[in-house]
This record gives sequence, C-alpha cells and structure tokens, in this order.
Amino acid sequence: MKNILFELKESLIISLKAIWSNKVRSILATLGIIIGVWAVTLMVTANQGIDKSFQEGVASMGSDNLYIDKWSWFNNDIPWWELRNRRDIRMEDYERFQELVKLPIAVAPMKYTFSEIKFGSEIVEGISIVGTTHEYINTTTLNFDAGRFFNELESNGGRNVVILGFTIADKLFPNGNALDNYVKILGKKLKVIGVLSEQGSWVMGAFNPDNQAFLPIEFSLKNFAGDRFGGITILVRAPNSMMVDEVEQESIGAMRKVRGLRYDEMDDFSINRQDGLLSEIDSTMGVLGAVAFILTGLGLFVGGIGIMNIMFVSVKERTREIGIRKAIGAKRRTILGQFILESVIICMLGGLIGFILTALSSLIMQQFLPVTVNMNIVIITFILSSLVGITAGLAPAYSAAKMDPVDALRYE
Amino acid sequence: MNIINIEHIAKIYEVGLEEVHALRDVSLRINKNEYVAIMGPSGSGKSTLMNILGCLDTPTHGIYQFKEKNVSIMNDNELATIRNKEIGFVFQTFNLLPRSNALHNVELPLIYAGKVKHDRIERSQKVLENVGLGDRMHHKPNELSGGQRQRVAIARALVTDPAIILADEPTGNLDTKTGEDIMALFNDIHEQGNTIILVTHEEYIAKHAARIIRLRDGLIETDEIVKDRYIPKRNNLSKV
Ligand SMILES: Nc1ncnc2c1ncn2[C@@H]1O[C@H](COP(=O)(O)OP(=O)(O)OP(=O)(O)O)[C@@H](O)[C@H]1O
Ligand SMILES: [Mg+2]
Repeated sequence: MKNILFELKESLIISLKAIWSNKVRSILATLGIIIGVWAVTLMVTANQGIDKSFQEGVASMGSDNLYIDKWSWFNNDIPWWELRNRRDIRMEDYERFQELVKLPIAVAPMKYTFSEIKFGSEIVEGISIVGTTHEYINTTTLNFDAGRFFNELESNGGRNVVILGFTIADKLFPNGNALDNYVKILGKKLKVIGVLSEQGSWVMGAFNPDNQAFLPIEFSLKNFAGDRFGGITILVRAPNSMMVDEVEQESIGAMRKVRGLRYDEMDDFSINRQDGLLSEIDSTMGVLGAVAFILTGLGLFVGGIGIMNIMFVSVKERTREIGIRKAIGAKRRTILGQFILESVIICMLGGLIGFILTALSSLIMQQFLPVTVNMNIVIITFILSSLVGITAGLAPAYSAAKMDPVDALRYE
Repeated sequence: MNIINIEHIAKIYEVGLEEVHALRDVSLRINKNEYVAIMGPSGSGKSTLMNILGCLDTPTHGIYQFKEKNVSIMNDNELATIRNKEIGFVFQTFNLLPRSNALHNVELPLIYAGKVKHDRIERSQKVLENVGLGDRMHHKPNELSGGQRQRVAIARALVTDPAIILADEPTGNLDTKTGEDIMALFNDIHEQGNTIILVTHEEYIAKHAARIIRLRDGLIETDEIVKDRYIPKRNNLSKV
C-alpha cells in the first residue's frame, strides 16, 4: 500500500512536469473538457435553480389548493370542444358549493380580468386582476409589505379597494407610498389598501402574485365583464397536504349536487391540482434535462477524444523517454499509471477551469434564478473529469506500457 | 564470482519473410570485476548482445544466467527489477531525459527502486560529485557538453550500485580528448571493484579493457586477454 502511494506520488510529480512542459497543448486539449464540464455543471446548477423557483412559485400559490374550473388545466383526455360546451361556473354555484363542503379551511371564488393599471401617468400593462372574496387570503401564504387584505364587509359590499402585487406597486409607486392612493382599472378608481411582499418567482409569469392585483369579486362582476362571460373558478384549500384527496372527493360530490347532475351524467367541471402543474413542469424539465444531458455527454465525448488524441501524440513523441525509463527499471504498471495520471490531471485541469466558469456564470444567473454552486457540482466535476481522463488515457497509456524497450530506445 | 553466464544464445529477427540471425550461437562467462570490451564490424551483433546481457531483450534460443538466476524465463516485471537494481546502462547517445536536470536524471532509477526522496537526493548528489559534476547538478542536458552529458549518464548508471555496467559505444559521440576522459572515469570505476562491459569500434579504446571479445556475423571470433593494456592516469574519482 505504501509502495503504491509512493509510486502514485512520484508519477504525479512526473506527470505534472510533463504537462507543464506542454502547457499550451495541454490547455488546448482540455478545451473540450472545459466546455463539457462547464455545460454539465451549469445545467445542473440552472436545473436546481429552476426547480427551486418552481417550488417556491407553486408554494406561493398555496400548495394544498384545488381549483374547480370549467376547464381542465393539464388533463388532455377530454377534447377541448367538450370542455367549451360545459356550463360556466357562476357565483350561485360557488355559494351553494360553499354551504355543502365541510372539509376545506377556505373556499374562495376567482374571476380573472386582464387589464392595465394606471396611477397618474404611470401605467403597468398585462396585469391579471383577481376578483375574489376575503376568504382568498386564507388559501395562500402571501405576506404584506404594507396594509392588509380586504375584509368581509368590503368583500360583500363590492367596495372599490385593491391589493397590489409587489412589482405593480413598485412600478406605480417607486417611492413606496402606495397605500390609500387611488389607482385606475378599466376606468374605475380603486383605493390601494395593501401591498404584497415580493415573491420573486419568475416562472409563474402572469400568475405570479407579484404581477397580480386583488379586489372584491362583487366589484369586478358589477363593473367589469361579469360572470356571464367565462364564469368563475372556485378555489378550495385543504387543511393539509394529506387531506387533498379527501377534499377532492368531497368537492366532486358537492359540485355534482350543485350542478344537479344525475348519477349517469359525466362531471361538467374539472378539479385542477397543483401537482398537475408540478408534474407538467417536471416532465418539461425532464425533456430539457435529457436533451442537455445528451448534448453535454456528446461534448465530453468529443473532449475525451481530444484528450486521447493528445495523449497518443504525447506517447509517440516521448517514445524514447519511455525507452529510457524502461531501461533504468520502470515497470509496465508504472508507465501505465504515469500516462493515465497525466490524462486525468489534464482533464481535471479542464474540469477546474470549467467549474470556475460555472461559478462565474452562476453569479450572472443569480440575477434571475435562485442558484447556488454547491458541493454536488464540485463532486460532479471531480468524478466526470477523472472518468473522462481515465477512459481517454487508457489506450494511449497501454500502448506506452507495452512498448518494447529496445525498439523504444532506437526510435528517432 | 560468475556474474554472467550465457550458453548457446541466438537472436533471430524476422524481417518480412526473411530471418536475420543477429546472434547465432554465443556462449560467454563474465566474472565479477572484469573489464571486457566487445568489438566487431558493424552489424556483427554487438548491440544485440548488450541488450540481451542488459535484460532489455530476450534471446530467441539459449540460456542466460545472471548471478545464477535464469533470466530467460523471467517476465517483464522481473526483468525491469533486474535492470533497475543490477544493471547500469551507458549509451552512445546518452539517453538522458531532455527536460530534467542532471540531478533528476540521476535520481530516476532510485525513484523506480522506491527509495525515499531524502536518500535519493543525497546519493545522487554524491555520485554526481564523484563523476566531477558537483557544480552542474541543476543543468539540463542541453546546457551541458557531450562529455558532461555522458558523465551524467554514467552517474545514472552508477547510482543504484549495480552488479554490472554496460556501455554501448560510450565514446562514439565524443571527440578523442573527451572520450579519453570518459575512459579514465571507467578505469576508476573498474578499479573500485565494478564490472564493466563496453562496446567500441576503436582499438585504442578497447585497449583500456582487460579482455577483448570480437564478434563476427553473430559468432564469437576471438576472446582474449589484453596484453598491452593501457591504464590511464588516475581520475579524481572517489569511492562511489
Ligand atoms: N529490431 C531489429 N529487426 C531486425 N533486424 C535487426 C534488429 N536489430 C538488429 N537487427 C539486425 O541484427 C544485426 C545485428 O545488429 P546490431 O545492432 O547488434 O549490430 P552492431 O554490431 O551493434 O552494429 P553497429 O556496430 O553498427 O552498432 C544487424 O544485421 C541488424 O540489421
Ligand atoms: Mg551497435
């Protein structure tokens, strides 16, 4: 054992010397590895970041929520024209449903309107305005930077009050004094009574609470399109994630009663779940990941071929050196180890540079993704580069090890 | 003691369909502290014989006993160990590692012998000093003259304290004066009890040895003691 360690240390020094005397070529040879490792580690880092931001985004929507809708969000088993022909869900449905269900901790209607919001000369466009009841806040984990959600009185009265998402408030009121000001939505004036904290989850797009505004549904039904236009969605919050299935069963029963469906009639509504969204995201990410994996695999493969090539050249060039080493007593395994080690070191050098590039890139990515370079990345880099190094170095090293010393010494 | 004992050695190379008999039937004994010169025309098999004696190559036929061990049946690893511990090579073209300095070149056999760093450096420095290169240890081969390079090579051959020194035309690439210095060095080495076999084309170089073996067409033509041996004046070599 001591002997092997000793030999390893000595070959390490010999290899480092050999690499050092071929600096430029070694660096060029590692280019493929650098790019390969960079791509892999960057991909993993980005993937972790995207995953994290999805989780956070979904969590901010309330992870134990069910959405009863005319439309099915993710399930494509039912043709869209059948979905379209379903009856809209109306406020009366919501009211009866709410009386029938016992399990949920909160039930709230939602009516989406897409519009711009103005304050003075400032305008933010493409905002999803959520008409809902005071119950809504109990279905989320949202926090407030300032103010509060609207209360039952304001909700039932359809008062002209609004809660702004962080980004909207930030754009309309750069100085932060949003509260008690009146903003204009579709020609109506509404008083800002609350501003949400930043969620920072870019993935949810228009459905990111940062880009949403909330107001009493009675107000939006009266002043905007009305529920005759597209209907509403019923948001149901289960007490905890263990009970989501139970709540779903109860909701189906209650909804069928509300809709007056006979036992042989199909559901004319869909219960949408967040895990549907998550699994959708997961499968998209899976495909993306697989493509990226194949590409980086290809990159590493090409990188490995490059290393193998340079190692073959190196062995050929140093034929005489190999002859000398053998003549003075180097064993086959010593020569083999020396060249494999050399190849591994070159690859690790490439890996190290690739890793540094990833670390730098992730600094840029941090602008829009919650990424961190963690120990996993270091381990991946280490393992990948040594694997490529060993694989690429094996054939050249073997050809060096089995050289005949007399022939090698005679080589010009 | 009998260090080298070869019996009916033959070495046959196959070049295409033809067989080249580099050595046909060579038998030879060499004792401890002998100083032997091998001569013969070009292509007579001198280098082939040296390579076999140095365990760099194996004979096609015949038996080779080195210090009473049968080398003919040894595997690659065992041969490498013999080369490392028992044999010191000196080549016509020096064969130093071009990118390593003198000290590291001399140290190399000790690395393969598994000696620790401290001992290696100490021993290598001493041997380099003994061949008169105490002030050139950190020079690379291309910063040294031909004679100095050959001294480094000789130091490398001596550093493991081998049973035998094999030198294939060690003065072939050197001018007469430098060649004579190297021969004086070999003489000192011999006088300290080492066994030396050297190949040369030059009669006056061969006269430094105590015994001359002449080869022709892969056979030993003559094998005789040198009567008018030339002993160069002492070099400044101390005990190695
Ligand atoms: N690897 C080889 N393949 C084929 N033939 C070889 C090989 N090595 C040597 N020979 C042949 O064997 C014969 C002896 O060669 P060797 O090198 O031993 O001669 P030498 O006496 O050392 O000659 P020189 O004085 O020129 O160095 C030559 O005819 C040579 O062509
Ligand atoms: Mg020769």
